[in-house]
Amino acid sequence: MSPPIHQTVDHLFRHESGKLVAVLSKLLGLQHLETAHDIVQDTLLQAICTWTYHGLPDNPSAWLNKVAKNKAIDYLRRGKNFRVNISPEYSYLLKSEYIFTPTINQLFEEDEIQDSQLRMIFACCHPSIPVQSQIALALKTLCGLSSSEIAKAFLVSEETINKRIYRAKEKIRNEKIELELPAFDELPTRLEAVLKSLYLLFNEGYNSSHPDQLIREDLCEDAVRLAYLLTLHQKTNTSKVKALLALFCFQTSRLGARLDDRGNIILLKYQDRSKWYQPLIQKGYYYMDAAITEPFETSVYHLEAAIASLHASAKNFEETNWKGIYFLYEQLYNIQPTPIIAMNKAIASSYVYDKHFALEQLNQIKELENYYLYHTSIGEVYYELNNKAEAKKYYEKALQLTTSKQEQQLLQNKIENCLQTLQ
Amino acid sequence: MLIFHGGVKQDASPQELQANMDKWFAWVDKLHKEGRYVSGEALLPGGKLVSDKSTATDGPYTEGKELVGGFFVLNAANIDEAISIAQNNYPDFEYGGTVQVRPVMKFDM
Repeated sequence: MSPPIHQTVDHLFRHESGKLVAVLSKLLGLQHLETAHDIVQDTLLQAICTWTYHGLPDNPSAWLNKVAKNKAIDYLRRGKNFRVNISPEYSYLLKSEYIFTPTINQLFEEDEIQDSQLRMIFACCHPSIPVQSQIALALKTLCGLSSSEIAKAFLVSEETINKRIYRAKEKIRNEKIELELPAFDELPTRLEAVLKSLYLLFNEGYNSSHPDQLIREDLCEDAVRLAYLLTLHQKTNTSKVKALLALFCFQTSRLGARLDDRGNIILLKYQDRSKWYQPLIQKGYYYMDAAITEPFETSVYHLEAAIASLHASAKNFEETNWKGIYFLYEQLYNIQPTPIIAMNKAIASSYVYDKHFALEQLNQIKELENYYLYHTSIGEVYYELNNKAEAKKYYEKALQLTTSKQEQQLLQNKIENCLQTLQ
Repeated sequence: MLIFHGGVKQDASPQELQANMDKWFAWVDKLHKEGRYVSGEALLPGGKLVSDKSTATDGPYTEGKELVGGFFVLNAANIDEAISIAQNNYPDFEYGGTVQVRPVMKFDM
């Protein structure tokens, strides 16, 4: 017997399970999401048994697809005489054997799967579901993560995640949310909600407070995948979606350069830019170009993507187009006057204008007293002004406010640096 | 012969399932490389126990913990070597799985 080939694609089960849950939910109706999950779980368990002993099939995705489809057919046939759960849209199937199998076969075709996933994105990000629940549900249904994995990724308890998912399912039940594409007039607002959730999902992965780099990369990758899915569909391939995807690409390209071998954070200024992943930067430019459409639109995603592109195109920190970045932050602040954007604008200004001007701007921001990066930024400006004593004070404040080991290490080093010059 | 009992975590996440499968794959690959692997099969759950001409009952071992999930036939010099192969490689101890190690009788013909 020749040795079986044993190489699975990373995340194969996770990604396939997202696809299959979507397609099964379309067939059975979103109200029967649980059943869809059960069928997929069964399929994966069967795959494990079969593949372990007989090696991987030539096309593992097609294998899973076929087995899940057969299980769905069995489920429906078995339940035919009882009141089986099925989406109203497909209930006619049970009445005619003649169209039963071909229609189900059709549903499991690649473009139909994509369509189901798209509908699932809209269902998960339904405006009547609280945002945190939207994200948890999306990760569970579309990305194949378990509650405990989502909990780990968000640094909250599994119980919290279960509650969020429960709330989402309750809304699906009460509001009778089904898997459908929003009507034309609803689409822009519904899409806005989807983008907001994807943006938050990505940020959760990108923010440096999480101890496990791999989990963070997974979350970012999932956000990218879902945004990409939106660009595949004519109705949702809007300029904002492309701008958001461009932003994700630029940001993701830097993930590999953000930590050193011991897992400590490397700031933008000190990152080895040759480690930035060029193919993703190129993709970023591609979507950025595609996002500039007639009529011209500037959304927050356009502006953030543009800022990220200026960072990506800079040969080194000093040669960064800070003027351009400052200008873009000003635009961004006009649309969305949040304290975080004000902070970033002030930081950019410290490289374009005067450090004292930047300090003045930073001090005017009121709502960020509990945000460690706010104090770090002020410390940073003092440090560059050579006022090590003041810098140290702010770094120490920041140190109190972060729970991330990596951030703490970084701040400790900065404080250490200040102390050395002070002595 | 290694007979695998239990060890399937029904509610594992897709990621966990795939990680578990990759461990099995690595083990099977290793056994092939060492020229130890002879054969193996997975068994479906459920089955009948036939005890006389007219009865077939459910069983044996229908409890999850005892359920036989599959078996490997391996080349090993003696039972101790087979035990050590199972102890060092079986991926499902963490899920409560156990391995029954049995020597297959050889007939000198």
